[in-house]
Amino acid sequence: MERSVVIAGFGGQGVILAGKILAQAAMDSGLAVTWLPSYGPEMRGGTANCTVVMAQESVGSPIVDEPTALIAMNLPSLDKFERTVASGGAIIVNSSLIDRDIEREDLAVTKLPLNDLGASVGNMRAINMIALGGYLKATGAVTLEVVKDAMAHMLEKGGKSKFIQLNVKALDAGYNAAQFRP
Amino acid sequence: MGEKVLMRGNEVIAEAAIRAGCQCYFAYPITPQAELLEHMAENMPRLGRTFVQAESELAAISMVYGAASVGVRTMTSSSSPGISLKQEGISYLAGSSLPAVIVNVVRGGPGLGDIAPSQCDYFQATKGGGHGDYHMIVLGPSTVPEAGTLTMLAFDLADKYRTPVMILADGMLGQMMEPVDLPDPVDITTLPKKEWATTGAKGRDPNIILSFDLDPEVLKQMNLELQRRYRKIERDEVRYEEAQTEDAQIVIAAYGTTARIAKTVLRMARDEGIKLGLFRPITLWPFPYEALKKLSQRVQTVLTVEMSAGQMWEDVRLAVAERADTPFYGEMGGVVPTPRGILNEVKKYAH
Repeated sequence: MERSVVIAGFGGQGVILAGKILAQAAMDSGLAVTWLPSYGPEMRGGTANCTVVMAQESVGSPIVDEPTALIAMNLPSLDKFERTVASGGAIIVNSSLIDRDIEREDLAVTKLPLNDLGASVGNMRAINMIALGGYLKATGAVTLEVVKDAMAHMLEKGGKSKFIQLNVKALDAGYNAAQFRP
Repeated sequence: MGEKVLMRGNEVIAEAAIRAGCQCYFAYPITPQAELLEHMAENMPRLGRTFVQAESELAAISMVYGAASVGVRTMTSSSSPGISLKQEGISYLAGSSLPAVIVNVVRGGPGLGDIAPSQCDYFQATKGGGHGDYHMIVLGPSTVPEAGTLTMLAFDLADKYRTPVMILADGMLGQMMEPVDLPDPVDITTLPKKEWATTGAKGRDPNIILSFDLDPEVLKQMNLELQRRYRKIERDEVRYEEAQTEDAQIVIAAYGTTARIAKTVLRMARDEGIKLGLFRPITLWPFPYEALKKLSQRVQTVLTVEMSAGQMWEDVRLAVAERADTPFYGEMGGVVPTPRGILNEVKKYAH
């Protein structure tokens, strides 16, 4: 079975890093994986997104017509990608910034007030990890533990160890706030 | 081989070049290959090797000419508009029989184009973008790990045939990340000695490297020698991959990123009962004419898919001739064909 997720939001919301951490965790879980960023001029202050594809054996196309999940961190991302999600797939929406309902009725919707949760964990820059935690609970794509390890490893390598605790807290906050959907 | 690491295509090409023993790297930055240059900037000086961010693409390719002349493994990289600027130098490298590796992380063109993935430089790479009767070996990696193995191979082939070799990638391959098992480093002291290199003539006759002779008869002989070498490369170095072609009625001919996307299309088509296969040239020059000719004798349709207006399509039609239908599907300007888009094209030919 192939899983794919589009993580989309404003530049600065950390969607690119969230995708990298998920990809690293997928690799650490023994899965084949690709991570593909948007790298156009839209990255400068506009919207950014990345696509992660995970499979047991090998990943063919790194771009997908119908991702099995979408993490929409803002309204333009939801507007752009809602219609593309595969039927039966999952949507994680940032209800702090998106006040409209999801039009699709064939998707499992997880609404997370990312900005409010960000304030409660004490740092707005951790909302990408809150969203990722929610995605993990909603899809079971990889385990929360392996994602925490991947995140800690990547922050360590980048000389940012002091942010590991915050991001663990953020992953937990998103995971605990979301509903499990088998 | 070590354990797997998650790396960008651009970084893997750079790291593979380092592990292949590249001693001198010269380049001028351009998107979408900037991470390649950055990886070299970070690691080459640390290893005591040479990294120069040149003042221009022309300067960089000329520095490659100099480094190749003294016999060290050398590389430059750029993206489409920058590669156009390097064509004079590539022609000189070919004319002087100098080994070098040139990486083109192709973006949309023509002109300044954009920074999105494209395969619109196929003609330039495979048919001689510079002047004169020359070819260079052109390798088209399809995945991030393969970008590494083909970069290692590029250095070996360059030395073996004393020719420039191009890695023809694209923006998507350069930017995406994938787990990769990095190849072991080459011990450069074990490489064959380059007796022709201009390393100082103390105690021997001078070696002379140039692509110039005013006597047409002499220049003709030099050209004949190049052509003999090209025929040998065509005979011995053709590489390609076939996937699910055994029972295929339709075959997609695609290389690089497009071939990788086509692998998903194979699965989708098979689920719908369409007998679809894939023919993927790995060497774009020399093109695998014979293998595709053979394959075309037992299929109905060879559908070429490219991120271009139909450049490799010309080589596909040369190989297939009238043995099968040869339709084309392409996207231009940095638009990447999606699996569903390709599948819809395939369905036009499935009966």
